[in-house]
Amino acid sequence: MWSIYLNVVLQGVLTGLVYGLMALGLSVIFGVVRVVNFAHGEFAVIAMYAAFLLFKAVGLDPLIAMAPIALAFFAAGFVLQHALINSFVGRPEHEQFILLVGLAIIITNGLLMIFGPDAQPAQLPYAFDSYLIGTMIIDKVRVYAAIAAVAVSTALFVFFRHTRTGTAIRACADNLTGAAVVGLNVKQLYALTFGLGLACVGAAGALMVTIADAAPGLGPAYTLLAFTIVIIGGLGSMSGALVGGVLIGVSEALAGFVFAPSMKSMFSFALLIAVLVLRPHGLMGKKRT
Amino acid sequence: MTALWEAMNGRGKLLLALLILVLLMAPLVASRYLLSVLTLILYFVYVGQAWNLMMGYAGQLSLGHALYVGLGGYVAAILWVHYGIGPWLSIVPAVAIAAAFGAAIGWLAFRFGIEGVYFALLTIAFAEFTRIGFDHLAIAGGAGGLFIPYEEQRIGEWWNLRGNQLFFYYLAFALAAVGVLITALLSRARLGFQWLAIREDEMAARALGIDAFRAKMKAILISSGMTAVGGVFYAFYNNTLFPAQMFDMSRSIELILAPIVGGLGTIFGPVVGAFILTPLGEILIVLTDWLGINLPGVKAVFYGLTLMIIISLVPTGVWPRIARSLDLKKHGR
Repeated sequence: MWSIYLNVVLQGVLTGLVYGLMALGLSVIFGVVRVVNFAHGEFAVIAMYAAFLLFKAVGLDPLIAMAPIALAFFAAGFVLQHALINSFVGRPEHEQFILLVGLAIIITNGLLMIFGPDAQPAQLPYAFDSYLIGTMIIDKVRVYAAIAAVAVSTALFVFFRHTRTGTAIRACADNLTGAAVVGLNVKQLYALTFGLGLACVGAAGALMVTIADAAPGLGPAYTLLAFTIVIIGGLGSMSGALVGGVLIGVSEALAGFVFAPSMKSMFSFALLIAVLVLRPHGLMGKKRT
Repeated sequence: MTALWEAMNGRGKLLLALLILVLLMAPLVASRYLLSVLTLILYFVYVGQAWNLMMGYAGQLSLGHALYVGLGGYVAAILWVHYGIGPWLSIVPAVAIAAAFGAAIGWLAFRFGIEGVYFALLTIAFAEFTRIGFDHLAIAGGAGGLFIPYEEQRIGEWWNLRGNQLFFYYLAFALAAVGVLITALLSRARLGFQWLAIREDEMAARALGIDAFRAKMKAILISSGMTAVGGVFYAFYNNTLFPAQMFDMSRSIELILAPIVGGLGTIFGPVVGAFILTPLGEILIVLTDWLGINLPGVKAVFYGLTLMIIISLVPTGVWPRIARSLDLKKHGR
């Protein structure tokens, strides 16, 4: 009996790591640029369709397609920040919100126009393979996706900790005036950060194709999911995003198993409300003044 | 109210009187379709006004106002469908329940210092939580929806909100007028000034002795209660309620666009915004039809684009600019 629950929890952890990678992008963007990307989930869905098309057209495995997609998303984010978002940095939250909601509406409905409303299953050849560990059955795709998500997250951690550019970006986040005073090109670093954030969501979206079917309507749900995770983990905290992702992954899996799959996000929101009340700045977030 | 009237110069008074007159006379010439568009505009004026009080005046960004529309509509519809209690009576529990939810959110947020983005997320979370709850609530018809039956013999029972398009048009007009009046009154009341002080600098407001918690609680109570009344109207006007339609986040967004586009924290901003956005949506339908590109989604893409353009060009809203260029206020006071 307990092994079934353990099995469900483990599946949830694996899915949660992919969620965590998606949320990581949001967290990085907010932590540095101080702009809340309300179109985050919509970008994830674009990545899902990109991975889906690459797989259908040239048979490229989403686990490999992840790399070119992340690269393209990095470029897109870099351009987007320069062209559009930079002029909204420091403006009131509701103005940023309207700008990005406008963008989100365009993305969702653009995808709807191109691909239609129905979900598109990628049907990977190894989609139904699984590992048997004792009495537990673990989906192969989830294991691969989770490993890839951890790898990308680790790369990002290393970049921020151990490279000069990463340190410069952290400087912008810690003290913007100070960073500008010592001669850092803040706008360039912001564009870089937005690019990195989108690269995360691009990679996560590509991985998501292996565990969920692409559909235009997923965008708002993923945006909410990413927000829930990031707020539970602590906005701006990188490790918090991963921890939050795993928490939500497990809570979704358990709620779907014990109650009904349609009720799983209810438990995520309950968790969010509890965290907001008990620790308003998230589990791993620093209290800001 | 008289203060608002007196603050306007002759041109302003004339314009306002003209607008009221045109709206009152509109049914004489307007087609049924035009009347339904006007009804929708006036509905958005009203709920926009309710949201404007909270965001525009008290500075609390709620992105979950669909929660109050949905609760108000559902409570009244459930009482009508299952117990035969008319909306003239059920509006009391409808408003009370929505305000209770508002109070719960406000208490949690304002007691525990949840602000800005975090507050916005809390409101979304509550709305989504309730949406999924209603999906599984048998008495509300679950995800399959709740329908208010159309009964020919009841048409004309205005106290039960059963009427034709003309009736709902004038009802929406009355709601919008009341919404504007409430905003005008509150913006010149002690509470309104307390809200402005909190919006601009909460620490400073508290230093002046303003009980910020109380003032913000009043804002969310008034706003949620007012919005619930809009929900009752919406339910009996459309006669169909689905959780995915009433509580969805896109509903909350739809509701806040008019005040933002028109101008936050102004009395006529939500009015102007609604008169821009709703017709824009209708024009886009006609336009895409005419161009032969009426794919699902085309209209929404244009809508999104318009939002981005408006917020980039006139971030403080259209109305303050119009008011300035038309020169509607008295000078030299």
